[in-house]
Amino acid sequence: MASKAFKEIDLNMGPQHPSTHGVLRLKVSIDNEVVLHVEPVLGYLHRGMEKLWESQTYHQIIPLTDRLDYLASLSNNLGYCLTVEKLAGIEVPKRAQYIRVILAELQRLASHLAWIGFMANDVGAMTVLLYGFEARESFLDIFETYAGGRLTIHGMRLGGVPFDLDETVIGMIRKVLETTPKWIADIEGLLTDNRIWRHRTEGIGIIPQSDALENGLTGPCLRAAGMAWDLRRDLPYSSYEDFDFDIPVRTASDVLDRYFVRMEEMRQSLRIVRQALDRLPAGEHIAKVPRTLRIPPGEIYHSIEAPKGELGFFIRSNGTDKPERVKMRSPSFINLMSLEQMCKGNLFSDIVGVLGSLDIVLGEIDK
Amino acid sequence: MLDGQIDVAPVAQAFERLRDRFPESVLDASYAGRELAVRVRREDIIPVLRFLKHEAGFNSLTDVVGIDNLKSLPTGRAGDAPASRGAAGAAPSLPAGRTVEATAALPVSQKGETTAASEPPKRFSILYQLYRFPEACRIRISVDLAEAEPVDSVVPVYRAADWAEREIFDMFGIDFTGHPDLRRIYLPDEFEGFPLRKDFPLEGKTGGV
Repeated sequence: MASKAFKEIDLNMGPQHPSTHGVLRLKVSIDNEVVLHVEPVLGYLHRGMEKLWESQTYHQIIPLTDRLDYLASLSNNLGYCLTVEKLAGIEVPKRAQYIRVILAELQRLASHLAWIGFMANDVGAMTVLLYGFEARESFLDIFETYAGGRLTIHGMRLGGVPFDLDETVIGMIRKVLETTPKWIADIEGLLTDNRIWRHRTEGIGIIPQSDALENGLTGPCLRAAGMAWDLRRDLPYSSYEDFDFDIPVRTASDVLDRYFVRMEEMRQSLRIVRQALDRLPAGEHIAKVPRTLRIPPGEIYHSIEAPKGELGFFIRSNGTDKPERVKMRSPSFINLMSLEQMCKGNLFSDIVGVLGSLDIVLGEIDK
Repeated sequence: MLDGQIDVAPVAQAFERLRDRFPESVLDASYAGRELAVRVRREDIIPVLRFLKHEAGFNSLTDVVGIDNLKSLPTGRAGDAPASRGAAGAAPSLPAGRTVEATAALPVSQKGETTAASEPPKRFSILYQLYRFPEACRIRISVDLAEAEPVDSVVPVYRAADWAEREIFDMFGIDFTGHPDLRRIYLPDEFEGFPLRKDFPLEGKTGGV
């Protein structure tokens, strides 16, 4: 009799909640402990980036892209710069392309290390957060030495990268290549066979491959659903075709598999960085790009494999030095759409784990 | 190359099939940066996308983009237009951005081009980015809408369009007919105006959020 009254309860989660990774609000309906419905409510961080970009020159937009996915600002820089270069027909020197690959892969490692920290913390393993952030620190030190920024790095320019890699930075990267595998192994040692971790992740947040594709899911989440879709290999940009790397794929499509995919991706990123450093071509690190860059009318879409998934930019130019329209396809935004399907039928306490496994950043969801 | 080595043949083939199947719907096509952009009639967006998904194998919708063409319209604010239009007074030119270089690799229909030239440019454009896995080829389908003209929601075809269409509704005020849950996504429901329209001031409006 009493159970009828408690049949369906609406719960509000966020926007100020430690496990929503920013200012995300979730409207959750539950039946006892089982999730019936999850509705993300967005816009708490909406800054009107796309409107703002229409008033800025092509060069001025680059630092603004840092503020989208602030855990992977170099990836945003890269995605934006490549799109503008493609539209304007700017040829990027080979050395700059390699440096970009190195920076983007280091950024992926930093992003994934932050992710594993948050993710483990969400399900109660606080030690891993400290491990992840300790390991990530050396990547941020590299970015700081290279470009002066740690989080919003502004480490790319149209036509290349702002600075050449000097001996200090190369030495730091080489050191990180040696230390990081140990960190990854330590984190895996803490989690992979941990019974609580397994219990909280295995078979949780499953989305079938067909639904994942239908919902536009990209990045590690799609690869954990059995689809070997990686733009670095499928539509290579910035000389990714020169490097030898594997694309980790898992098939269970649960939280645990997203963890396995990301951990393996970190190792592959280290492989790419090592190859790029060893084969770093000589030459310029930036092409000559006019300060007032006027791009003739045209439209272009270009996307890269950011740590979170497919990061795309659509730009329409109008002959002036400012774009007519810039649209960003943010991976977190599209990936978050699958949250409800992943959570339905799971326990309420698993929402934080599933949300964590999506690896969202509100900066790029709300734009 | 500046970008990945996209094989042109499958896209061109898909376009041929699309044009043969919907000769009336395809208004024009252009090719830029190894990307195919096809403009279709607004009324036919659902059958066109359904054909591309189920028969031409474009299994994923990457993004939906809304664009306000206000500044490219002949009646747009004078001086804002980037370049003086050569054929002013004659047949209205296409909105800026449509005039991208066409290459011989693509069979652009002559018929389609004449149709486009005789049609006045419209206020808004909606662009659908499609992707075919695993061949890694892309196609962009677009429709043009006049102000206050609705367009069919493509959510029944590609579920991925759900939030993207809500975002366009929020930012441009475009009505997507048949969308399962058309509400503002970023801004509060009581917000007035549509920020990404070109006539919405950059600084915002007094009394806004």
